Amino acid sequence: MSITTMLSGRAAQTPAAPATDIALDLRGVQKTYDTPGRPEVEAIRHLDFQIRRGELVCVVGPSGAGKTTLLRSIAGLLDVTAGEVVLDGKAVTGPPEGMAVVFQEYGRSLFPWMTVRQNIELPLKEKGIPKAERQEKIDRALKEVSLTEAAEQHPWQLSGGMQQRVAIARAIAFEPSVLLMDEPFAAVDAQTRAELEDLVRSLWKHLGVTVLFVTHDIDEAVYLGERVIVLSNRPTVLMEDVKVDLPAERDQLTTRSDRRFGELRGHVYELIQRAKRGDRPDAPQPEGAGF
Amino acid sequence: MSSSPATLAPPASGGTRPRTRSRRARRSRDVWLGILGVLIVLVGAEILSRTGIVNPAFLPPVTEMYASLFQMLGEGWFWENLWLTVRGWAIGLAAAMALGIVVGFIIGSVPFLRAFTNSTIEFLRPIPSVALIPLVVLLFGTKPASAFLLVLYAAFWPVLVQVLYGVADVDPVARDTARSYQFGPLRIARSVIYPTALPYIMTAFRLAAAVALILEITAELVIGVPGLGKQIGIAQSSANVPETYALVIVVGLIGVAVNLMARFVERKALWWHSSVRGEHS
Amino acid sequence: MTTLLKRAFMLLGLPIILVAAWWFASAGSTSPFWPPLSTILEAFPTTWTMDRIVGDVFPSLARLGIGFALAVLVGIVAGTAIGLSPTLRALAEPVLEFFRAVPPPVLVPIIALFAGYTGWLGKIVTIALGCLWPILLNTVEGVRGLEPVLGDTAKSYQLSRWRRLLFVVLPGASPRIFTGARQALSIGVILMVISELFGANRGLGAAIVQFQRSFAIPQMWTGIILLGLIGVLLAAIFKVVENRMLAWYVGQRQIERGV
Repeated sequence: MSITTMLSGRAAQTPAAPATDIALDLRGVQKTYDTPGRPEVEAIRHLDFQIRRGELVCVVGPSGAGKTTLLRSIAGLLDVTAGEVVLDGKAVTGPPEGMAVVFQEYGRSLFPWMTVRQNIELPLKEKGIPKAERQEKIDRALKEVSLTEAAEQHPWQLSGGMQQRVAIARAIAFEPSVLLMDEPFAAVDAQTRAELEDLVRSLWKHLGVTVLFVTHDIDEAVYLGERVIVLSNRPTVLMEDVKVDLPAERDQLTTRSDRRFGELRGHVYELIQRAKRGDRPDAPQPEGAGF
Repeated sequence: MSSSPATLAPPASGGTRPRTRSRRARRSRDVWLGILGVLIVLVGAEILSRTGIVNPAFLPPVTEMYASLFQMLGEGWFWENLWLTVRGWAIGLAAAMALGIVVGFIIGSVPFLRAFTNSTIEFLRPIPSVALIPLVVLLFGTKPASAFLLVLYAAFWPVLVQVLYGVADVDPVARDTARSYQFGPLRIARSVIYPTALPYIMTAFRLAAAVALILEITAELVIGVPGLGKQIGIAQSSANVPETYALVIVVGLIGVAVNLMARFVERKALWWHSSVRGEHS
Repeated sequence: MTTLLKRAFMLLGLPIILVAAWWFASAGSTSPFWPPLSTILEAFPTTWTMDRIVGDVFPSLARLGIGFALAVLVGIVAGTAIGLSPTLRALAEPVLEFFRAVPPPVLVPIIALFAGYTGWLGKIVTIALGCLWPILLNTVEGVRGLEPVLGDTAKSYQLSRWRRLLFVVLPGASPRIFTGARQALSIGVILMVISELFGANRGLGAAIVQFQRSFAIPQMWTGIILLGLIGVLLAAIFKVVENRMLAWYVGQRQIERGV
């Protein structure tokens, strides 16, 4: 049995050289919340990892592992307390250029007063793309997610799965260098979810976009990812960076019944169970540290 | 399985201060800012008046308004009129609440009545209460009954509409649950409909309390029903400008007190009602 | 009964009953205050002649329209600014709390000091000031209550300030703005009437009070009915505009409730 585990390649990192094939680089990220009347809550203690251009990486962790905190920090919606998030060689201080986020709350991340087309168009307008080109990009994005016929409808007229596809279309039309997805399928039913997973795989493959996919679902993480980053419980550190050596061509039926899939799944499951018990990769932490 | 732990550095020690300010600090900052805002308005008005930028005959210095206000506080007529206004408001509001709740529950719980009265309610509701002023003047002159009718009419509609929303809002699952446990109609009313409608009744109280005060003051000011509103008219027509302003300030403060009380009551009654409801009005 | 007949019965049944009750109860009435409905209806066309409509009703409605429009404009601009800035909000909150609570009719004597009450200015200012607070405060709440995920989305796509304001913040606040505008409109109608009751004036409200003072009771009743009809008409127009502009909101709410 051999799972090749990647250590984050700190050695290869020289501060001056702009990242060539590194799309996203987390360097010693730490986040502490200061809530009133209570001691500080340390959400993320220390995270270091990199995502190469064109990779599809999943992040899983036990519930309350600070996944959303991490994602919001990467998206520039939250300031990190220490360390830095580097996108395309530039440190993230606010929402960075070249990043698109697909939120879990599909119903609430689409502008209900706009049609599907207008929702996708708004960020493109902001980019200053001329009208004809905008329409072309919108049509292409809608075709990618097979929603061409829903273009003139309002988001709330669509089913949950379709709404999330609109959010995905908006993100890919934006052509980000990194696409962040925050538990995007947590609120849709199982069948829709399988469809959307395959959609993400196929978009990733033929658009070559870099994807960071946060989820709490172990199966989903293994099925989708080229790597699975497993987080510990709070305060979050990296449990393990698991390489998923499944064939690139994946299929809900065959891949999920693959022996290797089962092994990887079991391994990640094991890690999450350990994380839940409070096992940490450094030394066993005294229970309740930081709380 | 071979797996090695990822790199881990010790947590960064000290040096970086948390950026989010504590809520308590923010709240006390807000209180100070609020006080500052009030001071800006008061001092600004004082300066405008004292420098003559605004004719002091129209806008006397704030200090004079308050001098007049404190002088009033020592005089019997002020307290008498304050009492008349508050009494008129309270009686009208209470009657509107009682009537609105009873009618609302009856109409709301009978689907036929709800459908049958809908168009009439939608038609009567937007009729401005001031349209009734000439009529009540004919009927009651400057007696408090004039104000009472106007207040009752104006405050009744928001109560009725809220109660109707409340009764309609009863969760069908809760009602079915109650039925499947064979609750009688009275018990359903008490244990299912009433708790659902209660928050709406509290909202009705808040809306009606404000409307009732507006109409009470209007009746006093326009018709001459005894009360603070009438005194405002008298002060203005006798060209006692500081006193006019002082009375307006008092009426405004009554309004603030009414709003605060209504919101307090609403929150007290809603502590268990965690979901956020949209306001229908 | 077919469904159409049933619908018509539900819609018109009670109003017809009420009007009929009024008709028969007042028929042959000799009370000076309660003239027969037939007398009132006969008086209607002779009272509200073209001359009166142009000279009294239109000016009243025009003043209402101007005052209301001013309040909408100022209320949305100021409300958005206050809603977006926590500092401004903290600064303005107690002051707004006071002005909101002042019953609008007491503005009349104060504004009379400044602008007098014979011209249009004082009346328009009264209406505008009375309408302002509900619109302003609801705009503040609407802007503050914007769905946080939408705010995050706008931020993560780096929408510029203006675009965020026009395409995200204002549409998001629009249901609350309409709530405020609806409250403001009914206050506006009240103030339209009250502002005409001071001094010698022309206008719908002034005319009705003159009828009452000169004991022209059937005419007074026609005025009350006309005022009521105008209130109903304004509410209906408002609803049409609201349903058009908030079509997305109405549709969304229907679906949310239907599921």
